[in-house]
Amino acid sequence: MTATMQRSGTEAGNRDGFGRLVHAEWTKFRTVRGWVIATVIGAALTAAVGLYAASGPQTGCQPVGPNGPSGPPAPCRPSNPVGPGGEAVSDSYYFVHRALPGNGSITVRVTSLTGRKSPTGGGIAPGPNPEQNFTTAIQPWAKAGIIVTASTRQGSPYAAMMITGDHGVRMQYNYTGDTPGLPGAMSAASPRWLRLVRAGDTLTGYDSADGTRWTRVGTVSLAGLPATVQAGPFVTSPAWVQPQNSGPTVATAVFDHVSFPGTAPGAGWHGASIGANAQVASSLPGRFHATGGTFTVTGSGDIAPAGPGPTNIGRPADDGFVGAFAGLIVVIVVGAMFITAEYRRGLIRTTLAAAPARGRVLAAKAAVVGSVTFVAGVIGAAPLIPVGASLLRSHGNYVFPMSALTEVRLVAGIAALLAITAVLALAAGTILRHAAGAITAVVTLTVVIYFFSVPLAVLPAGAADWLLRVTPAAGFAIQQYVPAYPQVNNVYTPQHGYFPLAPWAGFGVLCLWAAAALCLAAVLLRRRDA
Amino acid sequence: MRTALHAEWTKLRTLPGTGWLLIGVVAATVIISAAVSASVSCSSPANCHVDVTKLSLTGTYLGQAVVAIVAVLAVGGEYATGMIRTTLAAMPRRTAVLAAKAAVVTAVTLAAGTLAVLGSVLAGWLILPGHGYTPANGYPVLSLANGTVLRAATGTVLYLALIALLSLGVAAAVRDAAVAIGAVLGLLYLFPILTQVAGSPGIARHLQQIGPMTAGLEIQASTGLRSLPIGPWAGLGVLAAWAAAALLAGTLVLRRRDA
Repeated sequence: MTATMQRSGTEAGNRDGFGRLVHAEWTKFRTVRGWVIATVIGAALTAAVGLYAASGPQTGCQPVGPNGPSGPPAPCRPSNPVGPGGEAVSDSYYFVHRALPGNGSITVRVTSLTGRKSPTGGGIAPGPNPEQNFTTAIQPWAKAGIIVTASTRQGSPYAAMMITGDHGVRMQYNYTGDTPGLPGAMSAASPRWLRLVRAGDTLTGYDSADGTRWTRVGTVSLAGLPATVQAGPFVTSPAWVQPQNSGPTVATAVFDHVSFPGTAPGAGWHGASIGANAQVASSLPGRFHATGGTFTVTGSGDIAPAGPGPTNIGRPADDGFVGAFAGLIVVIVVGAMFITAEYRRGLIRTTLAAAPARGRVLAAKAAVVGSVTFVAGVIGAAPLIPVGASLLRSHGNYVFPMSALTEVRLVAGIAALLAITAVLALAAGTILRHAAGAITAVVTLTVVIYFFSVPLAVLPAGAADWLLRVTPAAGFAIQQYVPAYPQVNNVYTPQHGYFPLAPWAGFGVLCLWAAAALCLAAVLLRRRDA
Repeated sequence: MRTALHAEWTKLRTLPGTGWLLIGVVAATVIISAAVSASVSCSSPANCHVDVTKLSLTGTYLGQAVVAIVAVLAVGGEYATGMIRTTLAAMPRRTAVLAAKAAVVTAVTLAAGTLAVLGSVLAGWLILPGHGYTPANGYPVLSLANGTVLRAATGTVLYLALIALLSLGVAAAVRDAAVAIGAVLGLLYLFPILTQVAGSPGIARHLQQIGPMTAGLEIQASTGLRSLPIGPWAGLGVLAAWAAAALLAGTLVLRRRDA
């Protein structure tokens, strides 16, 4: 520290240059052994606690036989289909299909959609009738309609027109696409007509209430659709979900007025349960029978993007990011001490005598502590995704896939979370001039609020949601990478990895707090005697 | 020892922050407890399995952080100002100094903790019946005449005192208020956050058994006692062991090292 002060004193002409100030603050930082050690410990704790956390979870696979689940969960190497966009998807349904070579138009009328759900606490009966304990209830996102898909392989590109349990007619495509059509409930008195028209790679969906007046719902282009596609009626019904529980459901739909290019009604159809042999028992085998031109089809599962939730499909690769909480407390201590130690030792008077522009001193301190903790954060967080994901996989967990770009965003985001929180602690230390109070305040605003909202979960959902929107704890949203989809029924809570704000929006809230605190700190630093 | 106690009491009493911090302990605990009590509601008995005793004492989670500041400053403040050298010159028996500090800090924490707990239970007693938590729905009246509620309430006061002793020991061991408060808060809050991601229930339960906060706060449990990771008094014992270990480390450092 002494060396810096001599330099700032002798090179008088240059002493207010911002670069000089940053250099002075950097010299102070690197020459205090405790802070350097603490920064290294912060990075090491982030990595060590994170990898420990990632080595914990274990998922056993539930073997599913033709009659539903059979036998106890066993170690496995789970997998999950991946959609055309690279995201994990659910792709299980009952499909009554035939080949469609070239272009054409398929039309059906749906007159009924009913559903049954398994009871709470796993109610799949052993034996030939796994659904015997089910009760009548239709899932809001149960789906029945017509689908055109590249193949019956899971994860294939598709477009579908469907009636849903509670969300009217929809056109959905390639798992994430969803366009609403006719709203309202369907009944035998008020059936729904659905039509899909294929022209090359382009599919257009229409709906109608009477079979004569048709409305276009949407047009999509499915890249790389083969010449011959599979097409026909389908039914599926997603698992019911509660915060800690889920179970399979089935739906049954009645189709008539089936029109397919070049065929007589009722001839040449194949029925198949797509993906019903999934290791997670959220999809039961389906069935269909045709009488004359009327098809009665029963299916179970979902055609939709998949994410973490009570159905326990898999885990996000960011389990290890919990290590950032350990790193966070360390960087908060370092950030606060970076200014309070100067007050404690009286060094602040020398600092301000050497550089009278007090706001710039604070800015230089923020730049140094932010950069150092960012680098430490990158070093600590970098191993968490590749090593953490392989640890999770080695314990039988399916890990939701992410692109290389997302991986970079997550590591940089966690490092930035540490850096901005350290700057917030620096500002709090300047405002309070008191390390213990500043550290407790910032730990409370970040870690303790997260603790109250997520692991403790005593707060009602609304209050926790509000806290994770307006407090600095909103910044933790940066670790979410599997998005929440309105068209998928799931429990979208922070416990399952879904935050109320989008990743960068949440991070922005934290930045606003840090900026506001830094402004207040600069004003107080100018006004008060040091 | 009496002079040591008197000296420590004078130092703690005359610090400008102590009074405010003790008010902060009471305020943080009571406000959070009352807010959580006011935010829950039980419309039908089937869908709210809540431990009302524990719920009415939720503010402890925040109040303990303020208790930790009080205790950490009692030691760390002297190192910050250099006062510790005067203290040790006047009172060369260093163990006695730490014991006197521990006694004084414990006494003020017990006083503030009693007010905080009484305020929280009072708030729960006033608020919760209006939100459906009535004896008719199967919830006991939050009365200190109820043995379980009394155990939870007195146990919470003891919990806060043990947190103070833990913080005091850590502060004496690391000799710096900032590092000590970081260590204490990390120790308290990291265990439950780790429990959240420990996917295997066995590991999660084990973490809850050894964490100073997770084990210690089982003293507030009034329902489902058979399924707790650790019994109420055994849990408080775990926290006492942490506090004893921290005080031992603090004593050794204080005796061995130059101030």
